Amino acid sequence: MNNFTDLQSQPPLLEVNNLETAFEIDGEWHNAVDNVSFQVKPKQVIGVVGESGCGKSVMSLSIMKLLPKGIGKIRNGDIKFNGINLEKLNDKEMNKVRGKDIAMIFQEPMTSLNPVFTIGFQLSESLHNHFNISKKDARKKVIHLLDKVGISRPEKVVDEYPHQLSGGMRQRVMIAMAIACEPKLLIADEPTTALDVTVQAQILELLQELQTTNDMSIILITHDLGVVAESCHEVIVMYAGEVVEQTDVVTLFESPKHPYTQLLMQSIPRMDQEEEVLASIEGIVPSLKNMPRQGCKFVDRCPKAMDECRSITPQLRESSPGHGVKCLLYETSWEQEGMKAK
Amino acid sequence: MLKYTLRRILGMIPMLLLISIVVFSLALSMPGDPFGGEIDPNNTDPQYIEEMREKAGLNDPVHVQYGRWISNFMQGDFGESTRYKMPVAELIGERMPNTLFLGITSLVITYILAFVMGMYAGRKPYTTADNLIGGVNYLGLAVPSYIAGVFAIYFFSFKLGWFPFSGSVDITLQNGSFEYYLSRLHHVFLPAIVLGALGTASYTQFLRNDIIESSRKDYVRTARAKGTPETKIYNKHILRNSIIPLITFLGFDIVTLISGAIITEAIFTYPGIGQLFLDSINNRDYPVMMTLTMMFSFLVLFGNMIADLLYGIVDPRIRVD
Ligand SMILES: Nc1ncnc2c1ncn2[C@@H]1O[C@H](COP(=O)(O)OP(=O)(O)OP(=O)(O)O)[C@@H](O)[C@H]1O
Ligand SMILES: [Mg+2]
Repeated sequence: MNNFTDLQSQPPLLEVNNLETAFEIDGEWHNAVDNVSFQVKPKQVIGVVGESGCGKSVMSLSIMKLLPKGIGKIRNGDIKFNGINLEKLNDKEMNKVRGKDIAMIFQEPMTSLNPVFTIGFQLSESLHNHFNISKKDARKKVIHLLDKVGISRPEKVVDEYPHQLSGGMRQRVMIAMAIACEPKLLIADEPTTALDVTVQAQILELLQELQTTNDMSIILITHDLGVVAESCHEVIVMYAGEVVEQTDVVTLFESPKHPYTQLLMQSIPRMDQEEEVLASIEGIVPSLKNMPRQGCKFVDRCPKAMDECRSITPQLRESSPGHGVKCLLYETSWEQEGMKAK
Repeated sequence: MLKYTLRRILGMIPMLLLISIVVFSLALSMPGDPFGGEIDPNNTDPQYIEEMREKAGLNDPVHVQYGRWISNFMQGDFGESTRYKMPVAELIGERMPNTLFLGITSLVITYILAFVMGMYAGRKPYTTADNLIGGVNYLGLAVPSYIAGVFAIYFFSFKLGWFPFSGSVDITLQNGSFEYYLSRLHHVFLPAIVLGALGTASYTQFLRNDIIESSRKDYVRTARAKGTPETKIYNKHILRNSIIPLITFLGFDIVTLISGAIITEAIFTYPGIGQLFLDSINNRDYPVMMTLTMMFSFLVLFGNMIADLLYGIVDPRIRVD
C-alpha cells in the first residue's frame, strides 16, 4: 500500500461535490444519492460501505453516467475527473472516458457478459474502442489479460462463451475487461458479493495486486467492513443515500463515531469468536418513497436516538481533523441553541 | 449436429404416416369422385363408368386403396393429375419456381421493412415514430390480403398502369432472355409487395419488444461501461440477442416460401403452388391435392427442424448434438 501522507498532498483524481441523484417514482423525483461529496487521490483505494439499498450502486453509476435514461438523473452537484467536469461531456466524449480512464466492475458477474459473444470478442472490444489496434494484436493482448487476472488456459477461454465459465471466472473476465485499457480509476461495485467465500478472497487479492502494479485508484464498494479493513485507505460509510461517516481506515476502526458505523463493526464476522450468530442491525433502509424528510434518516433504527434526532437534520461535520460524522451526538451547536432558548 | 438432424428426420416418419392416413381419409370423405368433372354421366354408358372405376381401383377395399397410394407415393410416384393429364411431380415442378420467386421476394421485403422499422422503434420506444410504426403495422395485420391485393391491382395496374395484374411473365418473350427475367420481376413485384408488407407486423413488433427488453440487460450496461458507441450497442450487442427468438418465425417462413400464398396467388392469378392447390380442390384433382397436402405437412415439420437447428447456430448456449 502507498504511503498515506504522500496521497494527501496530491491533487485529487476524482472529485465528487454535493452529488444528488434521483429516480422518478410515480411522477415524483426521489433522491437515491443525497449531497455526497468525496475525493479520490491517485493510487488511493477508497471504500464505500453501507447496507443494501444505501445508494452505493447509484452513486457509481452517476460517476460513469450510466444511470437508466429517463428514470434516473443527476439533479445537482458535479463530478470532476482530472479537473474535467464529466457533467459537461456529451455521450461521445463520455465514451472516450468510459473504459479508458474510468472503468467499472459490476455486482452481477453472471449477467454482466453478453451471452452470445465470445470472451475474446467482449474483451477486445474494450481495446478497439480506445486504441487503434489490429485484431491479431488485440487477441494477443486479451490472452495476456486473461492470464494476468489468473485464468488458466487463456488461449482456450478467449474462444469460449460466458455460459461456459463459473461465476468467479466471469468476474475475473470482467476485471480483465475493466483493466484492459489501464484506467486510472476503477470502480468495483461489490465485486465479490455474488461469489463463493473462497473465490471472494481471491478476487480481492487480485484487485489489490492490480492496483499496485497498474498504479490505479479504486473505489471499492462493499457492505463488508472486513474487506475495507484489509484493502482501503479511506472509507465512506453511506446510509440512505447520504455519507454518515468519512475518514481514513485506521481512524475508522479505532474510533468509529456514528452509531450506524458502530453497529456495522459489530456485524463483522470474527475468526476468534466462537459464536456463529452475528449482530445484525434491526430494521431496513427506508425505501426512496418512505425517506424521512426531516431529521436523521437512521433515527428509527438507532440505539442512541434522542428526541431531537427527529426534528433536527444533522450535518456532516469534522469531529476531528479528517474525520467527518453526520450525527447530532457530535454536534454541539444545537445543544447550545437549545440552552439559549431556555 | 448430423446425428441430431438424422434423429429428427427419422422422428418425422411416424408423424408423416399418421398425416397420410388423415389426408387419405379426408380425400375419401370429400363428395364426388375423380370422374366427376371428366365424364358426362347422362351420356355415358353406366357399364363403362363401372369398368373405369374398376380399372382405377376405386372399388377395392379402403385399406387396399390406401396401401397402393402410399406405396406409390413413397416410391416417388405421386400419380397423374386428372385435370392436367400430366404427372403430379412434373406439374408441381413447373409451378415451384414461380412460387419460390414470389416467396423469396416477399420475404426479402418483409425482412427489410421489419428490421428497419423494428430496430428504429425498439431504439426509440414510446416516441411518435414508434407509435406511427406500431399503427401502420397493426393496420397491416388487420387488412386481409384479398382486400389489399384488390386495392393494389386497382390503383397500380388499372389506374396507373405500372404493373401487370396477372400471370408470372409476358408469354411472348423468349425464355432465358434478359427481357424475360425483367418481365418476371415486373410481374412478381405487386403480389410480393402486398404479401411482404402484410407480413411485417408480427416481425416488427416482436423485434421492437425484444430490443426494448434486451436494452435493459446488464450486459448492455457493461458494453456502455467500456465506451462502446450507442449505435454499435444496438446494432450488435442487442440485435444479436433479439434475433434469436425471431428464428421461430423463420421456421414458418420456410413453409410459406414453398407452399405459396394461396389467396394472393389466386387474386393475382399468379401460377404458383398456392393457386394449383386451390385449383385441385375445386376440380377434385385428388392426386394433386393429396400430394400437396402431404408436402405442406412435411414442410411444417421440416421448417420446425430447421428452426431448431438454427437456434443451435445462433445461440451459443444451445448446442444440438
Ligand atoms: N432504476 C431504479 N429505479 C428506481 N429506484 C432505483 C433504481 N435503482 C436503484 N433505485 C433505488 O435507489 C436506492 C439505492 O439503490 P442502490 O442500488 O444504489 O443500492 P446499493 O447500495 O447498491 O445496494 P446493494 O448493496 O443491494 O447493491 C434504492 O432504494 C433503490 O431502490
Ligand atoms: Mg449495488
